[in-house]
Amino acid sequence: MTTPHVTGAATAADEDAAEGRVYDVAGEDWDKIITAGDEDRSDNEQIVVNMGPQHPSTHGVLRLVLTLEGETVTDVRASIGYLHTGIEKNMEYRTWTQGTTFITRADYLMPLYNEMAYVLSTERLLGIEDKIPERAQLIRVLLLELQRITSHLGGIGPFGMELGATTIFLHGLRMREEILDLFELITGLRMNHAFIRPGGVAQDLPPGGLEKVREFLRKAPSRVRDLRKLIDANPVFSARTKGVAYMDLEGCMALGVTGPMLRATGLPWDLRKSRPYLGYETFDFDVITESSCDTYGRYMVRVREIEESLKIVEQAVDRLADRSGVKDDPWMVSDAKIGWPARLSLGPDGMGPSPEHIAHIMGQSMEALIHHFKLVTEGFRVPAGQAYVPIESPKGELACHVVSDGGTRPYRAHLRDPSFHHMQAVSVLCEGGNLADVIPAIASIDPVIGGVDR
Amino acid sequence: MSQEPPAPETENGNLPAKLGTERLEAPVVREGLFGVHGTPDTSGYGRLQVRRPLPASTQRPYGGYFDDVADALGTALESAGSGFDAAVERVLVAHDELTLYVRRENLVQVMERLLHDPDLRFEIFSGVSGVHFPDETGRELRAVYHLTSITHNRLLRLEVSAPDSDPHIPSVTSVYPAANWHERETWDFFGIVFDGHPALTRIQMPDDWLGHPQRKDYPLGGIPVEYRGTKVPPPDERRSYS
Repeated sequence: MTTPHVTGAATAADEDAAEGRVYDVAGEDWDKIITAGDEDRSDNEQIVVNMGPQHPSTHGVLRLVLTLEGETVTDVRASIGYLHTGIEKNMEYRTWTQGTTFITRADYLMPLYNEMAYVLSTERLLGIEDKIPERAQLIRVLLLELQRITSHLGGIGPFGMELGATTIFLHGLRMREEILDLFELITGLRMNHAFIRPGGVAQDLPPGGLEKVREFLRKAPSRVRDLRKLIDANPVFSARTKGVAYMDLEGCMALGVTGPMLRATGLPWDLRKSRPYLGYETFDFDVITESSCDTYGRYMVRVREIEESLKIVEQAVDRLADRSGVKDDPWMVSDAKIGWPARLSLGPDGMGPSPEHIAHIMGQSMEALIHHFKLVTEGFRVPAGQAYVPIESPKGELACHVVSDGGTRPYRAHLRDPSFHHMQAVSVLCEGGNLADVIPAIASIDPVIGGVDR
Repeated sequence: MSQEPPAPETENGNLPAKLGTERLEAPVVREGLFGVHGTPDTSGYGRLQVRRPLPASTQRPYGGYFDDVADALGTALESAGSGFDAAVERVLVAHDELTLYVRRENLVQVMERLLHDPDLRFEIFSGVSGVHFPDETGRELRAVYHLTSITHNRLLRLEVSAPDSDPHIPSVTSVYPAANWHERETWDFFGIVFDGHPALTRIQMPDDWLGHPQRKDYPLGGIPVEYRGTKVPPPDERRSYS
């Protein structure tokens, strides 16, 4: 059967049409389309709508192809790849240390988690997992849990705006901004830190850093309380989220969904508890679960996890404060073949290698200069093999599959990003529902396209 | 990371002289100390030849829960009419991680047992990652699967290989629906055709893209950049030490 085809200005491929009448809108031809539509009214009211890739509520450049019957969504297809930047390919041409600079840019709302996943796998291949200094592990936990709060706030705040509540957005972003200020103080950057490196972290906490974190911890509970007051019992928010995008445990298992979506079905699966890394088993916190399996439950899991993360941050700060008396407490592995030789310090022209280190390699020790040069230009070699260390990111199981051929560069690094994996659940969450419920459904996954496309 | 299964143990199999000959037959993977070419070599190591190591495999006991997984999988496969040794080429335990090298014709069967057998129950499919080893003739392309069992709190890695001349691996979407996008991505980046996949199309690259960018024979691209009077070559043309 040949399909009737109405074209405006542009030509179109008739073969694309499976059945029914197809309207191609090419600009400046709206009148023609309307007339054609009026002439040819049939029972088939199916409309295919492209949402994105520039829609502001699609968390980046995500494109959804929705098939609608009236207001009901009958078919959803997610189309991704608009933000593919070749991070994994690029990493194969840099040293292992430089890899953190690339991978941190994958999911830009949780850059430290990307670094951590990559670094943990690399350290496993290097065989230095149990040689990482305690101080480095504590700084990592401190930063990761702060990052979890920012990531959840980056999910909740814009979600509020997507539903039309700018106050929620501003409250979320205000608290997130306070944490980003802490990151700027500690790592030098608000995002894309490249701070967690194989062997430890790039530098120690700055003077007064812990006090700044404490200051934040003092006002954080009231910030969260304000946010919860705005959302928890909000009738509009409840109406838009309760029972929306329902997915129970069975659905999560079939699709391999992890993170807050899985915990909203009542299963307390958290890799920090079940497969502890970075010494998480020594911290006191609860795994948050809800049993409603819907968008509201996922929100509740996230917002309550913020409170749990604050507890962990507090413990990490206390332990770091306890260690302040330890002399020469290292934050990088002591193995000189792996640990970055230069210590950073603030000079008159910005952050750079410390003057003592420069004086040492330029004026005192030829060997130190050679060593510095070799490690910085060539990098260290990682024994051949492959490793995969899953960690509990704010969005679910995150891991980096790294393969080494024994060289100074990753032979292959593949980020298993939870957003990428969970975007497969979009059809299950949206089909059969209302068009307006697509927005909360996507937001309840909390995808970030930087991580989906990498 | 190796080409052939370990040499069978004959009566002379473990003699050092024989092992030495075998080592010399292995292909050369690197020459010189730094792998630098085109510049004068003053290190004296220019004639050094590094050969690929023999394929590593682990013998029982594997330690930890790895033996339980292997036993349960063996039992499950036998009841399905096949056996552990028929489906799994070799087993490697390294860095506290268990890797099963599965023959591609047995992959779906193994995956099905891993998901459904009560002693295995690997519910969470964590993804497929492709790897390309252009020098390892006959097994250039690898698909690496990671599975998680929530019931038993275990992790497992499966590795399947396919030659470049016949880049086909059966799709596991019939067992794990979540493999859908991961297999599309691996096809997109490596050109591994997952037979039986419902819609094996490009996912990250544009639909009309030619080639598979993550393969090692696909160039990174880039242009030289001029900076303060000197030209910095693109990353894949800079000196490498690997």
